[in-house]
Amino acid sequence: MLERPKRKNPVLRTRLPTLPPAARSRIALGLTAAAAMGRFELQQCRDCGTVQYPPREACQQCLSIKIIWKSQPDGGELLARTVLHHSNDLFFRERLPWRLGLVKLDCGPTVVAHLHDSVEKRVRVRAMLDRAGQAVLAALPDMGNATEVTVAEDRQLREFTCDPKFRKVLITDGKTALGQQLVHSMVKAKADLIWVGHSEPWKKFPGFSELKNIPQVTLLPLDLTDSKNVREVAAEIGAKVDIVVNNAEHHRAFGIGNRAGVETARAEMDINYFGLLRLAQELGPVMRARGADGQSSAVAWVNVLSIYALANFPPHGTFSASKAAAHSLAQCLRAEMRAAGVRVVNVFPGPMDDEWNQLLPPPKVTPPALASAKAARRPWPSTRWSPPYANASRSP
Amino acid sequence: MRQGYQGVVVAAPVTVPYVRYSIRAAHWWLARALASLLQKSGLSKENVDGLSVSSFTLAPDTAIGLTQHLGLSPRWLDHVPFGGASGVVALRRAARAVQAGDADVVACLAGDTNHVDSFRLTLANFSQFARDAVYPYGAGGPNASFAFLTAYYMAQYGAKREDFGKLCVAQRANALKFDFSLFKKPLTLDEYMAARPIAEPLHLFDCVMPCAGADAFLVLSEEKAKALRIPSARLLGTIERHNAFASDPVQMRAGWALDREELYAQAGAGPADMDFVETYDDYPVISLMQLEDLGFCGRGEGPAFVRKHTFTHDGSFPLNTNGGQLSVGQAGASGGYLGMVEAIRQLTGEAGECKVPDAKLGLVSGFGMINFDRGLGSGAAILGC
Repeated sequence: MLERPKRKNPVLRTRLPTLPPAARSRIALGLTAAAAMGRFELQQCRDCGTVQYPPREACQQCLSIKIIWKSQPDGGELLARTVLHHSNDLFFRERLPWRLGLVKLDCGPTVVAHLHDSVEKRVRVRAMLDRAGQAVLAALPDMGNATEVTVAEDRQLREFTCDPKFRKVLITDGKTALGQQLVHSMVKAKADLIWVGHSEPWKKFPGFSELKNIPQVTLLPLDLTDSKNVREVAAEIGAKVDIVVNNAEHHRAFGIGNRAGVETARAEMDINYFGLLRLAQELGPVMRARGADGQSSAVAWVNVLSIYALANFPPHGTFSASKAAAHSLAQCLRAEMRAAGVRVVNVFPGPMDDEWNQLLPPPKVTPPALASAKAARRPWPSTRWSPPYANASRSP
Repeated sequence: MRQGYQGVVVAAPVTVPYVRYSIRAAHWWLARALASLLQKSGLSKENVDGLSVSSFTLAPDTAIGLTQHLGLSPRWLDHVPFGGASGVVALRRAARAVQAGDADVVACLAGDTNHVDSFRLTLANFSQFARDAVYPYGAGGPNASFAFLTAYYMAQYGAKREDFGKLCVAQRANALKFDFSLFKKPLTLDEYMAARPIAEPLHLFDCVMPCAGADAFLVLSEEKAKALRIPSARLLGTIERHNAFASDPVQMRAGWALDREELYAQAGAGPADMDFVETYDDYPVISLMQLEDLGFCGRGEGPAFVRKHTFTHDGSFPLNTNGGQLSVGQAGASGGYLGMVEAIRQLTGEAGECKVPDAKLGLVSGFGMINFDRGLGSGAAILGC
């Protein structure tokens, strides 16, 4: 069981982030691509069916080059274990002792895996993204279907998750139903402290008092269009934020021809794109510096984008464009945060069941569904690049 | 039955004294090794018409670049980047070249430097499989890989830490009499047991120490050696095998188990006839695996075998008579040569204080390249005087 970290002594030096070895051959990136989707896939030969690992350019059995990445049964048996007390790499050197296992998979290959604390003989192997953003295999105890293993409770494997437990979270907009659901999800995930932004502090919004009554919540005037305000908020809480969920957005329904002028489009850009830029400029550097700040380091930055960031939806044309701009900027942010191991996650929901999508027929994504999908702790979030959620990827 | 190695001898065993760290390049170590070979044999550079090179740290060069670096013009050239299997593999190829007349005298060189960070870089880029599927897992290097094999062997065959310790302690006793060993202090079993853990169940004295150094020997015809008046040892039989038993889920045996009958038949001798054995000993469990695979005891009988013998050069079952890599140091690919040059010393009367009394026949074994989860290459040679 994970214990609450001690309060940080602000006088002591903050450990600088290091990353585990990130180099992989091109062919091995298949494991990472699948792991980013939360799947455990290994190479399988289309001609003879052989499953193989480590990744190869040809089938070791029949030499076919028709190799595909395919989901495999994750069961296996632990053959041997070791505990490293010495490592040649800085990242691991700072985290010793480190448990490893040699696992014979039921589907064939023997693999080396990071080892969960409570593994005995039978294991289930999962592909996870490590701090460098590359896939690694982890062997977890096989508890049958009864219980789910809480990876984030394991001292070692927690390093590869972004679990909110004991962490401090900023949610940029508490006014919307989604924002409030996100708060509830973070409470459920045992976040320590949740700052919730609201852009018009002189107005009480629906749900205001419920939020105010949650002990973990601190309401915070935050307007992403106001550079000075963003800077002040960052100065006040920036050095403590471990997870950012940027859900603030401006959404109006029109395309090019059915509204004159650019004011509304500019307002969308001002929050959806420049808002992200302002926030990233103020919070990014300090989160980067805290990428290895103990058990509850800075870990994740989540952008709630839109499926329309990937393909323009003409009835909401300028909104789509602003989300596409944010998507592009988020890729830049991801690259800049990568060296610190802080994961940038983009969520691409289909149309949400809110007032701005009134005219769209169902199915629509409900705020609770989206909030719980994001806060699902298996591991949270399991992806660097979230695909459109299956139930939300309908084309309009 | 394969053709034998009649008429082929090995000679002029050379070690360039090892150091823990070196600011020199691998080329320096290989140059020193070649110069020592020439000095010892009385040959000139022009008389060496075959060259075989093994080194991890020679990159970006290979053997061919070394010819220009050292001003050689061989008519037969080989590069054997097979780590601990290099010595046996180099010998096998050179022997055939000499037999066929493709070369008269082959200089076999192995050497590596050890800068302060070069070991880590070697590990990080050791192989594609290591980079993709081992190094990101704690970057423990071979310690982690052999920890798995050791843990499995202990669980399977009831080996105790004391059994591995006995080998390490005996080899240290041998090393104290060897000029070139980096370890100069005696080791007791208590010290072995009390050492700090490195990758459980491996502790400090189970692990070889990376260092810089070079070893070399000559392969030539018996007549040529006689003409040069240098003492030599005959090559009686030798085997090599790579990626044997690939479907074993964990490595408890290697190619020796497949080819040992042929080895002994070729040499016309059996395990009981050997006066000494030089195993590849980067970790003691691998020595036990070789003793089992090469028929000195049965599968899983390694622990009982260890409890029965002393393993010192002057005791019962002389093993790694100069201290082996565990007590001399592991100078990269030179680790695959250390046992070979020691065996030649024993058979040519150059073993000094480590001498095995009346040694007539010896077995040298090589094991190399932890590509992913196991050592791929294995080989062995029987030498006689």
